[in-house]
Amino acid sequence: MIASSWLLVAFPALGALILLVGGRRTDAWGHLLGCATVIASFGYAVAMFVSSSLAEATDVALYSWIPVDALQVEFGLRIDPLSMTFVLLITGVGALIHVYSIGYMADDAGRRRFFGYLNLFVASMLVLVLGNSFVTLYLGWEGVGLASYLLIGWYTGRPSAATAAKKAFLMNRVGDVGLALAIFLMFSEIGSTSYAAVFAGIGDLSPAVITAIALLLLLGACGKSGQFPLQAWLPDAMEGPTPVSALIHAATMVTAGVYLVARAAPIYNLTETGRLLVTIVGAFTLLLGAIIGCAYDDIKKVLAYSTVSQIGYMMLAVGLGPFGYALGIMHLLTHGFFKAGLFLGAGSVMHGMNDEVDMRKFGGLYKRMPITFATFGLGYLALIGFPFLSGFYSKDAIIEAAFGSEGWQGWVFGGAAMLGAGITGFYMTRLVLMTFFGKERWRELKSADGREFHPHESPPVMTVPMIVLAVGSVGAGFFFALGDRLVEFLAPSVGALSEAEHTALPHALIPWLTVGLSLFGALVAWLIFGRRDVPVERPQNVSPVTRAARNDLYGNALNEALVATPGLWTTRFAVYLDNKGVDGAVNGLAAALGGSSGRLRRLQTGFVRSYALSMLGGSFLIVAALLMVRFS
Amino acid sequence: MSWLLALILLPLAGALAVAGLRSNDRLATLTALGVSIANLALVVPLWIAYDPGGERIQQTWSMDWIPAFGVHVSFGTDGIALLMIAVIALLVPIVIGALSSTDRLPEGRTAGGFLSLILLQEALTIAVFAATDVFLFYVLFEIMLIPMYFLIGYYGGARRQYAAVKFFLYSFLGGLIMLASAIGAYSIASDELGEGTFDWATLVAVVSDAPTTTQIWLFLGFFLAFAIKAPLVPFHTWLPDAAGQAPIAVTVLLVGVLDKVGTFGFLRYSLPMFPEASQELAPLVLVLAVVGVIYGSILAAGQQDMKRFVAYVSIAHFGFIALGIFAFTTQAMVGSATYMLNHSIATGMLILVVGIVATRGGSTRISDYGGMARVTPILGAMLLIAGLSTLSLPGTNSFISEFLVLLGSFGTRPVYTIIATVGMVLAAMYVLWLYQRIMTGPVRGDALVGAGGGPGTAVAPEVGAKKAIRDLSTKEIAVLAPLVVLVLGLGFYPKPVLDTVTPSVEATLSAVQER
Repeated sequence: MIASSWLLVAFPALGALILLVGGRRTDAWGHLLGCATVIASFGYAVAMFVSSSLAEATDVALYSWIPVDALQVEFGLRIDPLSMTFVLLITGVGALIHVYSIGYMADDAGRRRFFGYLNLFVASMLVLVLGNSFVTLYLGWEGVGLASYLLIGWYTGRPSAATAAKKAFLMNRVGDVGLALAIFLMFSEIGSTSYAAVFAGIGDLSPAVITAIALLLLLGACGKSGQFPLQAWLPDAMEGPTPVSALIHAATMVTAGVYLVARAAPIYNLTETGRLLVTIVGAFTLLLGAIIGCAYDDIKKVLAYSTVSQIGYMMLAVGLGPFGYALGIMHLLTHGFFKAGLFLGAGSVMHGMNDEVDMRKFGGLYKRMPITFATFGLGYLALIGFPFLSGFYSKDAIIEAAFGSEGWQGWVFGGAAMLGAGITGFYMTRLVLMTFFGKERWRELKSADGREFHPHESPPVMTVPMIVLAVGSVGAGFFFALGDRLVEFLAPSVGALSEAEHTALPHALIPWLTVGLSLFGALVAWLIFGRRDVPVERPQNVSPVTRAARNDLYGNALNEALVATPGLWTTRFAVYLDNKGVDGAVNGLAAALGGSSGRLRRLQTGFVRSYALSMLGGSFLIVAALLMVRFS
Repeated sequence: MSWLLALILLPLAGALAVAGLRSNDRLATLTALGVSIANLALVVPLWIAYDPGGERIQQTWSMDWIPAFGVHVSFGTDGIALLMIAVIALLVPIVIGALSSTDRLPEGRTAGGFLSLILLQEALTIAVFAATDVFLFYVLFEIMLIPMYFLIGYYGGARRQYAAVKFFLYSFLGGLIMLASAIGAYSIASDELGEGTFDWATLVAVVSDAPTTTQIWLFLGFFLAFAIKAPLVPFHTWLPDAAGQAPIAVTVLLVGVLDKVGTFGFLRYSLPMFPEASQELAPLVLVLAVVGVIYGSILAAGQQDMKRFVAYVSIAHFGFIALGIFAFTTQAMVGSATYMLNHSIATGMLILVVGIVATRGGSTRISDYGGMARVTPILGAMLLIAGLSTLSLPGTNSFISEFLVLLGSFGTRPVYTIIATVGMVLAAMYVLWLYQRIMTGPVRGDALVGAGGGPGTAVAPEVGAKKAIRDLSTKEIAVLAPLVVLVLGLGFYPKPVLDTVTPSVEATLSAVQER
């Protein structure tokens, strides 16, 4: 079973190949094939999970990929608890979202191609998590980047979609440079790039090199996972169709950075500085995402910043090292359920509302879309950490672990995580109130294309996946946490979970304080958005904090000022220089050699005579040179 | 008879035959296509006969030419030359097959004349890579310019004369300085051995023992010729003009293969003949290489013309190749040797697709296009595939080479490598920007929605295109398909190519490092 695990990747890869090469001939059944391949992979993964012992990692060598002398990169897979956890998440949630897309994309003429791209994504993502070396990980890493690029830019008629797609790819590439340099450093220091060899040899390196590798990997993780300072692309990525946002930009791809840190646990275990920086990035980003999430009116952008923030929690957790690897993965899994469910719910709302995303135009939709409302509501409760739902277990565990850090770190990281929970309660409640409750503001309005709104529930092909994900949102946390099931399952990959001896706040107090803060945030949201009518027009006279949050806390402006504008001027200057300077200098030099610039102009007009003359001159030189040799 | 000789003589004979068919374009095209495909078929036995673990130079063939100076016409190949011979044999039938889609020859010019020169170019280029006599190499290096001069000067765009002369003068002058160095090497050999020779292996053995100062002077002569050919900044300015003015079919061969004579020259001549000078001057070359990567990338991003864009992209890529050669590690040098192949495939495809776009739209200005993928989705996909290979996305052929160059260089030259790695980001920027401007967004631009409406009637009024712009035909897809297969095939299974060049690279490297 394990020996044939390449089938996991092969099914969706073949699906992508058939759908993208087959073209319009496959239009009629393309979406069915697209779903079938992912379901097949899911089935195979479940069968593997049930039948095989995963107590230790098994490396499956497939073929020699890049063999050059000392560098021997195998194309191989590593089957262990960590990779199988991801495979189940990717193919499971992936299959649900594929099915949902049948309905969501029903009216799109390019639906077959859409499924081709989705299959390409699943195949790449599986290579990313299954590969047994940092180079195969890199292959999947950029493969998902390509799929993400293609899908963000799906609505080609919108220039904003193309810009967002390019921005995502570019900011990811900045992170990829970090990952690439980490690989180069591993090879030059250890002589290999495979997990087995790198993890075996990492202990012999100097602390500075280990820290350098850890920080370079972190740069890659920040790019892929939308963490500060490379977070700005993720909200823009919402230009893509909503199933894409659910699968790629919430449940799976953007969590690859967390996977990378957990996978590289043997490296991070050896560098306190590296871990600390991961934690700082996570803590900072979780607050940044949560604050900005409060200010947006676009339902998908709020969810996107929520994703940025929740991945911040995961990064914080894996930055705690042995105290948090498994907890980060647990939150990643529960988040995979409830955030995918929330996005599918948002997609269902948009589907019923002429693709409108502005929550100020929604309101009172719970009556029109009861299933969407119910599933969305459960996802919402899971996300804000409502007691005994998924998020309660996974987020609370992270907050407790954060408070367990030594000294000031316990207070800072624990405090940030807890404060974040409060803000999460606020922005998510705001979202739910603006969308599902209050006055039916859409009655008075028309959508951008001039149609009236007729909100309606989505077809079963869309609601059934939402229901399944809602069940996961409710029960997954309890299931994973029961008897530390997930933590023990993951132990062969990331090591046993350590628990802090004492925490900055009393142990028993933390969960209830967190829930209390979260409910307080929800209460504040209700006071502002529940008790009063929400204005259709966005209020302009707002506090500086709100204005800053609306502008992404000036993240984009910073990118613009530091990179984009100087880059543009450098390009213009370089083009000018090359046309006038370098070419001019070289022409000038040639002119000097030729005797005068007038002579050069004559050469350039291309008289055959001049041309022959230069040939003649050359030949003279040849002859002269030959004669010289004979005399020497 | 050696397979190599057949590979040189067949296109030569083809060139003569096609020249005689100038009155019948169709027959000339078919003949040229047949000859070039037959030549590609000849690569198969050559590839099979080549034993990577065997002699340094194989498939040798030799005859006296100028006995007084020990000059021979002698041919042979190593793994690196084999790749270059294979790739030009592959590209020639593809450019001939695509000719009707990529180029409209100027008034009064016949396909027969054009294709005759193309075949002549093929024969001479294969001969340059196969030459194992330094004087023969020099002569071919210069003669090779002549068909190219006429291909640009007769069949190119509006400023073809200027571009052709500029191209010719640069390369020719570089060659003359190389000749001076070659003669210097000859005189060292004749002092040492008592009789003169231009035989490559003998010169390598003798000259590599020369004093460092002598080596440096001789190295510089060769270096200038090669740095012009595979343009390193600041010797690059002829290329954007030549590539901008030459017909697409010619640009593919010029940028795709002919320029590789420069990087090939570094590997075959500069390093083995002047090992100490190579090490002494490596920092200089590395600086030019890294500057080329960054500078070429920035300029590519700033271009308004898609043909000049491709030229600057290549300048950046030649920077990567030079970096890998002068980092002196096996991985980096194998990376560079395969980069020469993969760049031919990726950039060759990029130029062809750009040519098809430009011929369809009647303009090479990027701003004349927009949203074209909605009208021609398959053409859009082809541009994207070529672009992704150009930006070295993992899974494409170019990734293997760029990864090897950077990974191998990092060990010995970390600072240069880190700077060059920035080129990865810039590559994504210029490729995706080009794709975005031409292919995505609403259908727009004079080339697609010209005021006059263009020939024919509206073909795609639902997306706003007014001109009759077709997507790729089955024949055009078939012409590009081999390149797509190679892009992906060599991305996932590069082993045959890596195994072919690695022993040749190791031999080259040990010649440098044993000093």
